[in-house]
Amino acid sequence: MLPIVKYLWLIPALPLLAAGLAALLKKERRASAATLAIGSMSISFLLALAAFLPTLSHGEHGVFRECFNFTWFEFADNTFQSASTVQLGWVLDPLTAMMLVMVTFVGLLIFIYSVGYMAHDENFTRFFCFLALFAAAMLGIVIANSLLLLFISWELVGLASYLLIGFWYHKPSAAAAAKKAFITTRVGDMGFLLGMLWLYSKTGTLLFYDGGNGCLEQSALIKLVAETTMCGMAISTAISILIFCGAAGKSGQVPLHVWLPDAMEGPTPVSALIHAATMVAAGVFLMARIYPLLSASADPATISTGLKVVAWVGSITAVFAACIAVAQNDIKRILAYSTVSQLGYMMLGLGVGGVAVGMFHLITHAFFKALLFLGSGSVIHGCHEEQDIRKMGGLRILMPITFATYAIGMLALCGFPLLFSGFWSKDEILASAHHWQISQIPFYLGVIGAFLTAFYMTRQMFYVFFGSPTVSPAAVADTKAKHSHNPHSSHSHEPATSIHESPPVMTMPLVILAVFAVLLGLIGTPAWPWFHGYLAGHSPKVDLGKLAEDAGLMLVSAVVVFTAMGLSWLVYSKVTLQKSREVDPLEKAQPFFWRLLANKFYIDELYEVTIIRLNKAFSVLSDWLDRTFWTGVVTMISHLTVGLSWLSRKIDEDLVNGGFDHGCDGLRESSRNLSKAQNGQTQFYFRVLGIAFVALVLALIWRAK
Amino acid sequence: MLAWTIYISFIGAAVLMLLPGDKPRLARRLGLLTALGGMIAGCLGVSQFSKGTPGRLDEIVNLPWIADLHIHYHLAVDGVSAVLVLLTGIAAVVGILFSWNIEHRAKEFFAMFLALIGGVYGVFLSFDLFLLFVFYEIAIIPKYFLIAIWGSTRREYGAMKLALYSFIGSAMVLIGLIAAYVVSGSHSFDLVELAKYPFPASFQNWAFPLVFIGFAILAGLWPFHTWAPTGHVAAPTAASMLLAGVVMKLGAYGAMRVAMILFPLGLQTWQNTIALLAVIGIVYGAMVALVQRDFKFVIGYSSVSHMGFVLLGLMTLTQVGISGAILQMFSHGIIAGLLFGVVGRMVYDRTHTRDLVQLQPMNLSKLLPFAAVTFVIGGAASMGLPGFSGFIAELQVVEGAWVAFPIFTVAAGLGIILGVAYTLRVMIKAFFLQNEPIHATDAAPHHFVPITLPERLGALVLLAATLVIGLYPRLLMDLIVPAVNSPLFSRMLKGGVS
Repeated sequence: MLPIVKYLWLIPALPLLAAGLAALLKKERRASAATLAIGSMSISFLLALAAFLPTLSHGEHGVFRECFNFTWFEFADNTFQSASTVQLGWVLDPLTAMMLVMVTFVGLLIFIYSVGYMAHDENFTRFFCFLALFAAAMLGIVIANSLLLLFISWELVGLASYLLIGFWYHKPSAAAAAKKAFITTRVGDMGFLLGMLWLYSKTGTLLFYDGGNGCLEQSALIKLVAETTMCGMAISTAISILIFCGAAGKSGQVPLHVWLPDAMEGPTPVSALIHAATMVAAGVFLMARIYPLLSASADPATISTGLKVVAWVGSITAVFAACIAVAQNDIKRILAYSTVSQLGYMMLGLGVGGVAVGMFHLITHAFFKALLFLGSGSVIHGCHEEQDIRKMGGLRILMPITFATYAIGMLALCGFPLLFSGFWSKDEILASAHHWQISQIPFYLGVIGAFLTAFYMTRQMFYVFFGSPTVSPAAVADTKAKHSHNPHSSHSHEPATSIHESPPVMTMPLVILAVFAVLLGLIGTPAWPWFHGYLAGHSPKVDLGKLAEDAGLMLVSAVVVFTAMGLSWLVYSKVTLQKSREVDPLEKAQPFFWRLLANKFYIDELYEVTIIRLNKAFSVLSDWLDRTFWTGVVTMISHLTVGLSWLSRKIDEDLVNGGFDHGCDGLRESSRNLSKAQNGQTQFYFRVLGIAFVALVLALIWRAK
Repeated sequence: MLAWTIYISFIGAAVLMLLPGDKPRLARRLGLLTALGGMIAGCLGVSQFSKGTPGRLDEIVNLPWIADLHIHYHLAVDGVSAVLVLLTGIAAVVGILFSWNIEHRAKEFFAMFLALIGGVYGVFLSFDLFLLFVFYEIAIIPKYFLIAIWGSTRREYGAMKLALYSFIGSAMVLIGLIAAYVVSGSHSFDLVELAKYPFPASFQNWAFPLVFIGFAILAGLWPFHTWAPTGHVAAPTAASMLLAGVVMKLGAYGAMRVAMILFPLGLQTWQNTIALLAVIGIVYGAMVALVQRDFKFVIGYSSVSHMGFVLLGLMTLTQVGISGAILQMFSHGIIAGLLFGVVGRMVYDRTHTRDLVQLQPMNLSKLLPFAAVTFVIGGAASMGLPGFSGFIAELQVVEGAWVAFPIFTVAAGLGIILGVAYTLRVMIKAFFLQNEPIHATDAAPHHFVPITLPERLGALVLLAATLVIGLYPRLLMDLIVPAVNSPLFSRMLKGGVS
């Protein structure tokens, strides 16, 4: 075994250690906390690179894969003969290595950016402690070779996300958003947990790879495919759909997407790292990890139900969230809905095209979406905490670096042809969807989503960066007023009079991310699909002919993108020059639809009146039961007991005791009467004796006769 | 060695009672010393025990007591007892640390406390049913006084309710035990002997629910749980810690050790019914906890919910479920102790209110940061996050339940989600929410005594315990698993066929 495999655990352990140490630091030791977090992340990044190298070479068995397993604890069990241990372990294969590099690299950049962004926050130390904890848990998910270890890290990621969304917990909206995120993802996690239990009770192991005995390996899969459960579904399918519930929760798929936009209440670096680049992608990663299980079906020629579910949910999410994004005005919320939508694309890609298609979009998206979020952070920072795009404008002159990098990110997200990574990864998803045997609807949904994406991103660009910069002083005055009213706002900074470019510690990561947002596309073009070969364990040749095969589709998607951007241009280029930008032109045209979209299809309200109210009603009912009914029963029993006791007392006093008293009285009475006989008069005694004597004599005579 | 846990506690209680005058300082030091002695004796005994062959029953002492009735003074230990003895030791020490501020009749308080602990140790180590019953009764009486004298909200009511529930349960148990003794031919009260006797099925079918429910009343079995919230709320901090931490375990332990082992056929008849009650308890307790205004009620109802997992695990009749249930007893004992410590000692003793509406504007996370952090970690443990003991325990329970009753498992999953909901709700309300931002001028309208050293120590001990078991469960699993594999248990699992 390679030493790097043996010591793979160090990659998550180092940030964990950093988190632990940072937790013990005093609030004032800001520099130490940042150094700890960034230092540990840098070492993890180097280790991740070291782990990445061996996976580049692949043996004759296909992909490079080595794992290290150990027993966590044992229990003997009568339900399964062999299974009596719970094992954990980690695995190094291309999927892991690639994610490791991505998470540590993007994470590192965002850590560095945070030094600038959070510079004025009084809880700087705590922030880096949580960030490091998050990184540790996320890396734990990536290296896990056991569904249980993955689940453990998964939950810890959820915890870290909760802590970071609620980082400014004095804002009620942040506290509520954190709670919502935690509970919503927990709902999905229940499915995950049940799937895990089911898998364990069927295969007796939760290790993915274990020299032929793992649950993703041939023998286990054959067993799982052979058995069927409700509706004739193979058990493997049922389990993977349950696990998909967990993935849908974390990755914000419909109908569990509601928490993700609210999660933007957290500091912007958090939104970038957790709610765009890494954590939300964990669901996609999980699906990629269990792909053998997900795609297993009894007949290799058919597509498993699990894959179909993933593809459908993904394509619906992609369009659904893109629609909502069109009508949002908060810069981060737009990006949040676009994240939901892009996660839908990843799921769709995974469902229709396999691991490589979904994962490629995951990687490119991680870079350009982190870039966009950090860019939006820079904008927000520059505009003094203003997040409403209608109040911005003309920033391209005031914040040139932010503008340039943001534009690159935006073009990548829109899928601007040929130059940008997002184009290649999205195009591949659309191509796979086009070739899908089951239905063409996901393909059309994907195209509509692409159109909407280009539309709302262009809209955002116009609002934020174009138009007249004269609008902004009002916004500044606005926010300054807000600040003076709200001295508690801990992330406030020294009063600045004008909009300014962010410091280099913030723009430098932007530039690096922008470079990758462009270049990453090169590793996954149809002409040279290195990325797919890497994941599948073969080396592809450069073949420019492939490019021509897909040219038709590329043309279609290019036309769609250009049309959308052009339309958006037409609608918004004038608006941004006007003074009053409160009302969107589309809102004027279609107020009903606009309201529907602006209110996110009223999904939150729907949950509010159904699930939450139902739950509340049940809770109140149970509480009432406890306070009134059960207590009533207890009180009734106690009253009954008291009543019985009272009856007993009556019986006792009147009957038993009364009889006794009566007897006693009688005795006393008769004694008194008797004692009257003893009156001390000798004459009376003799009289009695005489009478008695006569009576005796008479009696004897009577007997003798 | 293990028998000394009992003796040390009772001797400590007696010495405290006989102390002249009212000297709180001396009393609490003596109390702590006794509890520590008991805990050390327990740890040493368990470490000795764990060195031998796993799965055996270690005799400690077996002397004739009332020879004519075949009653023996029989103490022994197996893996299950060992785990619960450890739990009792920890709960006793931490309970005393959290009662460091008791001034009113301190020596009586600590004497009662130790007498209760002694009784609990006794129950966990008795293998003669009569002896077990005697210890069980000994444990009830101090509980009443602890609540009635040192308690708060509606203490007489809570104390009386608890005592009555306990005695009704005891009466049911006693009837069952005597019936079992007579039916088996009046030869022995010894658990191991009686377990070998094949009681007729018709007898088991009524004796099992009688004894099981008799014990399970104390474990918070729905709908016999209503003593728990009121009792917990009324009790002083240390007593609520003991109530949730060990007394509820007494019930579950008795139900398993006596009812399930003696009456395996009755167990099979009633398995589904009791599992249903357990699941109702899980969901119901969590739902009620979600709408409480009193901080302590939330924790009280969460205890009902978590004990539901213990009972569900027992009812799965799989080894994984039962070992999960036993681990859950330990885990819940620690975590509930921690939460009650924060609510009762750290918060209530300072703020004198547990009303969440009143606590909300106090900004406790700033004023009592240690309490807030402890509660956050304790809450995370309570909602079953990985890394803490509760996760391992509940994972095993639901794994067992998945094999036995899949539908109940889904319901239990709902209970886990609700667990997250009520924990987060109370955490935010009590510590983190401010309606108005506090301005520098009127900051800190309340001044509280900082968290004292004994409180910190107690909290740290409990946190360490739940974390250590959460990360390295083998420490206890290596005790529990062989015990659950022992002949005593496997006979029960196989429906009485050895």
